[in-house]
Amino acid sequence: MYQFLYNLIGNEIIAGLLVAVVPLTIILVFALFGIWLERKVSAHMQDRLGPMRTGWHGWLQTVADLMKMLQKEDIIATDADKTLYNIAPVLVFTGSFAVYAVIPFSSKLLGSEVEIGLFYVLAISSLVVAGILMAGWSANNKYSLLGAMRAAAQIISYEIPTALIVLSMVMLTGTLSLDKISQMQTSSFWNWNIFGGAIFSLSKFLLIPFMFVGALIIFISTLAEVNRVPFDIPEAESELVAGYFTEYCGMKWGMFMLAEYGNMFAVSAIISILFFGGYQSPFGYLGNTIGAQWLVPFEQGFWFLAKGLTLVFVQMWLRWTLPRLRVDQLMTVCWKYLIPYAFINLIIIGIISIL
Amino acid sequence: MALKTETMVLNMGPQHPSTHGVLRLELEIEGELILSVKPHIGYLHRCFEKHAEAMTYPQVIPYTDRLDYLAAMGNNFGYVIAVEKLLGIQIPERVEYIRVIMAELQRIASHLVAIATNGADIGALTPFLYLFRDREYILSLFEMTCGARMLYNYMWIGGLSHDIHPDFVRKTKEFINHFRPTIVELNNLLTFNKIFIERTANVGILPLDTAINFGASGPVLRGSGLAFDVRREDPYSIYNRFDFEIPTGKGLVGTVGDCWDRYYVRVLEMEQSLRIIEQAIDNIPEGDVHSAIPKRIKPPKGTIYSRVENPRGELGYFIISDGNLNPFRVKVRAPSFVNLELMGELCKGHLVADVIAILGSLDIVLGEIDR
Repeated sequence: MYQFLYNLIGNEIIAGLLVAVVPLTIILVFALFGIWLERKVSAHMQDRLGPMRTGWHGWLQTVADLMKMLQKEDIIATDADKTLYNIAPVLVFTGSFAVYAVIPFSSKLLGSEVEIGLFYVLAISSLVVAGILMAGWSANNKYSLLGAMRAAAQIISYEIPTALIVLSMVMLTGTLSLDKISQMQTSSFWNWNIFGGAIFSLSKFLLIPFMFVGALIIFISTLAEVNRVPFDIPEAESELVAGYFTEYCGMKWGMFMLAEYGNMFAVSAIISILFFGGYQSPFGYLGNTIGAQWLVPFEQGFWFLAKGLTLVFVQMWLRWTLPRLRVDQLMTVCWKYLIPYAFINLIIIGIISIL
Repeated sequence: MALKTETMVLNMGPQHPSTHGVLRLELEIEGELILSVKPHIGYLHRCFEKHAEAMTYPQVIPYTDRLDYLAAMGNNFGYVIAVEKLLGIQIPERVEYIRVIMAELQRIASHLVAIATNGADIGALTPFLYLFRDREYILSLFEMTCGARMLYNYMWIGGLSHDIHPDFVRKTKEFINHFRPTIVELNNLLTFNKIFIERTANVGILPLDTAINFGASGPVLRGSGLAFDVRREDPYSIYNRFDFEIPTGKGLVGTVGDCWDRYYVRVLEMEQSLRIIEQAIDNIPEGDVHSAIPKRIKPPKGTIYSRVENPRGELGYFIISDGNLNPFRVKVRAPSFVNLELMGELCKGHLVADVIAILGSLDIVLGEIDR
């Protein structure tokens, strides 16, 4: 995409900026849409209507909320560590925003074609932990501190099963590039990694059950990484008021909110790239059939968003169905169940892919 | 050299999402581990007992509404029974039947809030809204009867403020038909949810002897395994005519007396309340609900202690009459007040998240604790 824009404009700074603007726009629009979706999904699950007044079925509600947040007074507690307090939301937001740089929305819309995309995602998303710890510490509030400690423990623990599953996928596909992983799963849903990948052989069928287990584990552990119910203990509303962002208000609070929804879509996108074919259509492209090649990237974008949003919807569905785990149970789930299973899965996938 | 560590004091409340009103808990914690819990109360003190001394007997009734504001019918009930015993008057059958139906509907409504908030504290927000939706049915039944949704002033000394609406019986039956499947839904969604069980089973175990020593009553005591219910032990009104069971904690998923048992006792009690209402609703005799209301309420000298089974436990009124128009003294034995004292015992050695679960399972109402 950078190359395309560079050829078009001829100025590398402007082209670079434009490339950065695209994911930023997407994350902002998605966060707005995601918050609205969450409200509507929860409302309809709970026998309510949700926002109905601002626009058609309240679709402008989050825009109105954003306007309100921008106008709010920015209060910083006297005893807060002002520097860290101000950096933290930016860092958290950057962490989730930067992930979008390598996510291929379609074969033509890709921020940066780095070869080590998966590694980059795992690395850059760790920034979020630093930001959360900063937020919790600098606010000088006991609830924030408890929330930050919980968050750090949780996110770092759950990175391990995520990384193990990512590792097994890397072994299988032989590449770290998200774009290449997407390209491999082309033409039919039967070629998706969850069905053992595109190469038709015995190992493909052997892989299928382990792929399902892997997809389940990575879904659960990423759910914990983005602090959603049943793993939302860092911000457990009824225990810690709001966890690490208790003291934040106005747009700084809004940045945590945007980051949360940005993260939700980011992890869904990663899962759909790893297991569900990324931007690939499950059954061929209309553009290819009618001979309009320009249509294909748009179709790919549609499929990518559809897959990502489906997973986001599942996250919301779980949130409004399940209660919350306790901090020790959360750690038990991770260390006693997910990590051993992910490890065994890794070994088995390794053995099968040698066959 | 040992590392110097300090325990942290965490103030939970009075402004906190899940302290159920303005309760302040002083938690001494080491990391997430609870060392001690001290409840601080009094943020909602309204001098009910002192006020009552300056009021005539009927004027106290609206104040009793505001004790346990989630079960105002029960509070009215307890107070009017006490004064009626002082006066020694006979109540028409119709009034007794309507009072029992109202008290049982109120019990369901109150348990719905208890269950819903207990679930919401643990993170299950959808059951919370489902149960509040069902509570609306009961509130609209009350509204239809006496015009108020929360603070009814419905039961008067010797009678009721209004007779029931002609539609009341039909609507109540509709509610019963609607509500039975809802309990099943609740059990599927929350009661037997694996995470909910993980969070509440074997948490905050209350042994029976501790419960008795602290004077606990209501679902808290029954959750520990003792089938003590004032409706059965010391029947008031016409409760001895109805057939109902007293559910107790059995330790179905954990230990007897844990949070889950206290929670489940409430679920079962709602079913028993439905049974009582079903038995009563078709047998309401004809009559005038105002006929027995005395023109002048001036009880003779004497004292009375009268108790009723409120949703939260044994609600007692101790009234001293010196023969005047106003009571000399009204003392309330509030079940939540007694049950709250268990907090310190129950929370020891648990985590911060458990405090919320335990507090939710005790189901306190601050209006009644602070009075």
